[in-house]
Amino acid sequence: MISVSNLTKVYGQTLAVDHVSFEVAKGSIVGFLGPNGAGKSTTIRMLTCYFPPTSGTATVNGFDIFHQSLQVRENIGYLPESVPLYTEMRPDEYLDFRGRLRGLDRPTRKKRIEYVLERCWLTNVRTKLIGHLSKGYRQRVGLADSLLHNPAVLILDEPTVGLDPTQIRETRKLIRDLGGDHTVMLSTHILPEVEAVCDRAIVIASGRIVAQGSPEELRTSRRNVARVLVECRGPAKDVETALTRVSGVYSVEILPSNGQADKYVTAAVKPKESYDVREEVARTIIQNGWPLREIRLEHATLEEFFVQVVANQAVAKA
Amino acid sequence: MLRSPTIARRELASYFHSPIAYVAMTLFLVACGFWFRDDFQSGQPAEMRSIFNQMIFMQVLIIPLLCMGLLAQEWATGTMESMMTAPVEETDVVLGKFMGSFAFFLVLLAPTLLYVVMLRIYAQPDYGPIFSGYLGIALVGAMFVSISLFCSSLTKSQIVAAVSSSALLFLVTIVPWYASSKATLSGFWRSAVDQGVFAKYADFTKGVIDTGSLMYFVAITAVFLFLTSKVLESRRWK
Repeated sequence: MISVSNLTKVYGQTLAVDHVSFEVAKGSIVGFLGPNGAGKSTTIRMLTCYFPPTSGTATVNGFDIFHQSLQVRENIGYLPESVPLYTEMRPDEYLDFRGRLRGLDRPTRKKRIEYVLERCWLTNVRTKLIGHLSKGYRQRVGLADSLLHNPAVLILDEPTVGLDPTQIRETRKLIRDLGGDHTVMLSTHILPEVEAVCDRAIVIASGRIVAQGSPEELRTSRRNVARVLVECRGPAKDVETALTRVSGVYSVEILPSNGQADKYVTAAVKPKESYDVREEVARTIIQNGWPLREIRLEHATLEEFFVQVVANQAVAKA
Repeated sequence: MLRSPTIARRELASYFHSPIAYVAMTLFLVACGFWFRDDFQSGQPAEMRSIFNQMIFMQVLIIPLLCMGLLAQEWATGTMESMMTAPVEETDVVLGKFMGSFAFFLVLLAPTLLYVVMLRIYAQPDYGPIFSGYLGIALVGAMFVSISLFCSSLTKSQIVAAVSSSALLFLVTIVPWYASSKATLSGFWRSAVDQGVFAKYADFTKGVIDTGSLMYFVAITAVFLFLTSKVLESRRWK
């Protein structure tokens, strides 16, 4: 649905986006992930035809972003990062204006406006001035606008920034519901968002794509990502030695106790490869007669992966 | 081109939410009222020649105020991004903005038609020069709106837009008007001064619609609209 190849954007001396290529399949929800200033918005602005790339090409729904800019824009619903709106208008007026701008005829416009107002929980504020609405409502007006013409592709630039936790959950749910009917590409620097919403993530740092795949794949793609946390009562030194001897264990680290006066120690056990060492570890501890309080397998978070990737990128640059 | 009426409509409507528009309108109508009172005396000719000239002075003042936000505000708030990522051309935006604020200018001008009615009640005015005078005022208005729109496209700051367009309008209107009264002027400077707005407008108040003058206003309006659309496109070359 979206196909990007070698997209590059140079601003003066700065290389904002550096030969970026990726594909987004029809009906999927893709997260475009990266730290601030990584080139997310620049890439999105090229895809939405706000400005053309310095080099490279991209097609949206089969239309070329440079040569068929109008058709591309007809097929995209776009929510810019800053959610620009005319504050002196009311949501229904604004949507009517946007509908006209997109060339929707009157009956379609009316029907779609009702639909998107409903869909984005805006019916109760439809006649209030946008300037008087809270950030959360404005965000929804922007979202409603991007859905207005029932576009094949939705591009949302940081759709949940500035929303309160309830609104974030609602918005994420809405975006998930929209997947399938629409191809959704959303940019974010919030990792749980990608895990909660997206089928696939594309990680970008310093203008380059550094990883892509499902959140699951990204999480497990690094070595020794899972670890077993054990909390038991025993001398730290002995616990460490005993656990290191367990077969399949790669390393043991005694975590600093968080000021607890009792004699419990927490050990982080890293297994070799993806070997599950929980049973062995439990047996060893029982055999030593140490009371066991907790044993749990901890998956690496996408956050750790992200920090690693971005740090690597920074090192590579330096 | 198809979308410009939509943009024009929104622009016109937004004026009625804008305090600056009301300020400009009040300023214009109060000033015109005072001037008209001076002319509207028994023994005075039943014509609007002097008030038309004064209206042009007022236009130099108020049109930059009316137009300063047209594009500068869109740049500043980012609405330009949602506008240009909708399927519209730059020319749609420029023409729409132009038509919207020109329409507001006509709205602002409309109450002065009352003066014509008053002249009709108390005297027998000659409608020819009044009609051509209004036509000229509208043409001057279109030219000023177009110049101010251009200035507004260059910056994110409404103040900068207002100041620069005031300066430009001052340069093409007030400066040549002032200079033309100097008898010592000759050659190049004299002909330059004759290109001023007042010189070109003079015929209209006499009831003469000169093709040259007509083309002068239309052409300048068109040139600045064209330049504005190029400024909007320029984000693509950067």
